[in-house]
Amino acid sequence: MDMQVAKKKLGLKERYAVMTRGLDWTPSYQKMEDIYPYMAYEGIKIHDWDKWEDPFRLTMDAYWKYQSEKERKLYSVLDAYIQSNGHLNVTDARYLNTVKLFVSGISPLEYVAHRGFAHAGRQFPGPGPRVACLMQSLDEIRHAQTQIHAVSNYNKYYNGMHDFHHAHDRVWFLSVPKSFFDDAITAGPFEFMVAIGFSFEYVLTNLLFVPFVSGAAYNGDMGTMTFGFSAQSDEARHMTLGLEVIKFILQQDPANVPIVQRWIDKWTWRGYRVLTLVAMMMDYMLPKRTMSWKEAWEVYFEQNGGALFKDLARYGITIPKCTEHIALEKDHLSHQAWSTFYNYAAATNFHTWMPDADEMEWLSAKYPESYDKYYRPRMEFWREEAAKGNRFYNKTLPMLCQTCQIPLVFTEPGDPTKICYREVDYKEDKYHFCSDHCKKIFEDEPEKYVQAWLPVHQIYQGNCFPEGTDPTVEGFDPLAAVIKYYHLEFGRDNLDFEGSEDQKNFAEWRGQATKNA
Amino acid sequence: MHIDLQTVSIKPLRHTFDNIARRIGADKPATRYQEGTLDMQQTANFHYRPTWDPDHDIYDASRSAIKMADWYAFKDPRQFYYGAYTLARAKQQDTAEANFDFVESRGMAANLPESVRDTVLKLLIPLRHVAWGSNMNNAAICAYGYGTGFSQPHIFQSMDQLGIAQYITRVGLLLGSVEVLDDAKKSWVEDDTWQGLRRLVEDSMVVQDPFELFVVQNVVLDGLLYPLVYETIIDDVLSAQGGTSVAMLTQFMTDWFAETKKWADATVKIAAAESAENKEILAKWIVEWRDRAAAALLPVARIALGDRTDELMGEVVQQFNARMTKAGVAV
Repeated sequence: MDMQVAKKKLGLKERYAVMTRGLDWTPSYQKMEDIYPYMAYEGIKIHDWDKWEDPFRLTMDAYWKYQSEKERKLYSVLDAYIQSNGHLNVTDARYLNTVKLFVSGISPLEYVAHRGFAHAGRQFPGPGPRVACLMQSLDEIRHAQTQIHAVSNYNKYYNGMHDFHHAHDRVWFLSVPKSFFDDAITAGPFEFMVAIGFSFEYVLTNLLFVPFVSGAAYNGDMGTMTFGFSAQSDEARHMTLGLEVIKFILQQDPANVPIVQRWIDKWTWRGYRVLTLVAMMMDYMLPKRTMSWKEAWEVYFEQNGGALFKDLARYGITIPKCTEHIALEKDHLSHQAWSTFYNYAAATNFHTWMPDADEMEWLSAKYPESYDKYYRPRMEFWREEAAKGNRFYNKTLPMLCQTCQIPLVFTEPGDPTKICYREVDYKEDKYHFCSDHCKKIFEDEPEKYVQAWLPVHQIYQGNCFPEGTDPTVEGFDPLAAVIKYYHLEFGRDNLDFEGSEDQKNFAEWRGQATKNA
Repeated sequence: MHIDLQTVSIKPLRHTFDNIARRIGADKPATRYQEGTLDMQQTANFHYRPTWDPDHDIYDASRSAIKMADWYAFKDPRQFYYGAYTLARAKQQDTAEANFDFVESRGMAANLPESVRDTVLKLLIPLRHVAWGSNMNNAAICAYGYGTGFSQPHIFQSMDQLGIAQYITRVGLLLGSVEVLDDAKKSWVEDDTWQGLRRLVEDSMVVQDPFELFVVQNVVLDGLLYPLVYETIIDDVLSAQGGTSVAMLTQFMTDWFAETKKWADATVKIAAAESAENKEILAKWIVEWRDRAAAALLPVARIALGDRTDELMGEVVQQFNARMTKAGVAV
């Protein structure tokens, strides 16, 4: 047996190819279109799946080894953090509200990403993208689970997170992130990849994931910070996959370009609207701020994203038009959002507050064009009214945008004194929108967006009360019934931070941990 | 001696999330498997129907003929959530790596009897395509199955099968070179020996019902293939012919099957115990696909077993039947 002598070592690329693509074959007992039934209907043309460049080369043995080392570290840090009552080291108990927002708004999306990438990873006929998608599917369930495991300990001590799965499917403002991901996973596999793999993971991740994790790091939340840092190398893989997908589709056929352009336009805007929650988190909810929303947008989108779109120009892709609108909104977005939540804090799973004098100074400095002129006066007024015992919680339900599902609270681009309304008549009904971009998205696919489960409509139709509720009885309190349907506890999960159980407990426990009373 | 280390003790408001407390019957500390699994999948108020499957919701129990009052009745006896899963696999990977090193460093592959080597090349290497098919099928079950208790193990199973396809590929590279892989693929696509099995694998790829696909792939096909190839042929027959080192190279698969079949059995058992209707459907699927799979595996088994093929295949089928009967589906 002298054949061993002639054996040559395979290069990394060749070796990875035999470990993945080499496994595939062209079926003959079943038709390609029956095995991969969703490849044609979106209109994307792929001529040669072999042209796919693997964005990373990770075989399963290396994956298990590498990921298990990260898991081991992550869970030992979490265990130590829990054992030492690490939650008492956060800057200020108001910080905990970002955790509530994260676990009820974002973690469930990680789970949908897991299922969505399993779907895409089953449907692409090319073995290269399939393997990459499945690996991402596996990573995404990791992210959902590590986030929940990190938040689990907070839930033991603080309110608002105790039934977050239930909340995610029902609470009015959580329909914004939920409908975003429902939109992506119900789209075809190619659009899903552009929506999540590219627009979300590549273009917008620095504006979503990063602010939460950096916020955690700045505010002493080692639990959240640890899973964030542990997910970083996964995210890097996901970003390279997102970029490869877009380049691959664009290179395959010029007819793909306008389709992809429409998807990039749509998903940049859809994603940006979800980031409204992040904007207000950065500017209002973090006791110790990392940077303002406006700065983050400028650095991560206008600079980094600008460079990316320059790079994509060679394929005929242009920067989405909506970014002009976003630039006009960046001085206003977070203030308008936080004002809305302050109004509707009776129906949220987290607490609200008005910024104190120092925080207002910070906002003035970060938003010299807008804060003092438009927002400080109303916030000072609200603060004074609350101090006089006149805290007003709005119980009138707002009109929602049919596409992004955010209440119509944003102002006209360029005129912060006038609310922006758009409407479309479709079949027998009238539909309302927050902006030209949401209107356009609806007009491109009206049959999809007429299906939206709009929380306000659903409440008015009586679909958001606990079973057996009789709304016709004397003195019926619809808000109380809706809160029950949400599984929120009135007075514990909602309303202002000032006077909350969280505030009281945190002060008492911190005292217990640091003083000899 | 008891050492009493003190930490500041604060009484928690609650011990777990409400959905977990509802499911485990009380507000008590829950495991990471429970918090990472139960109710993870969204269940209500979906916004849009899939454009790729407008007859169903995004997650829709009616994609399967199996009916469950509660899909979270399915529990993984291994309690695998991502962290537990990767730790378990990394440990097995360490063993596999050590085995490959051992065989390689001692030149054991080169010293395999010619007949054993030949059998491995003809029989084992084409099976990387079967594992690849399983990777796809399990991705489908994960994507279209209902409830995380049922769907979650399938992403693990999917990636395990990719890992297995890659281990088999490494065996091929160790015994030969890329040509060995090319030849095996040629057999897989062209040789009569493999066409029954290839047809079965391709047919499984168009099965729409996720639970049926679980039965086809993880219960029936694996349930016959692994005992036949890894336990009977490699661990027994080839080892007796001087091929123990092959058994070292496939230890991952042997251990993996011993572990995963407990989960597959538990899953069958829970579905069958739910109702007489479920039991009947399961029995129909199991029998139908068992007969097809056993017939498809026969020519493959013959590569290694020759005259003893029918006898040993019969034993494998009998063991399988006993396994299913124990899981509550008499076949």
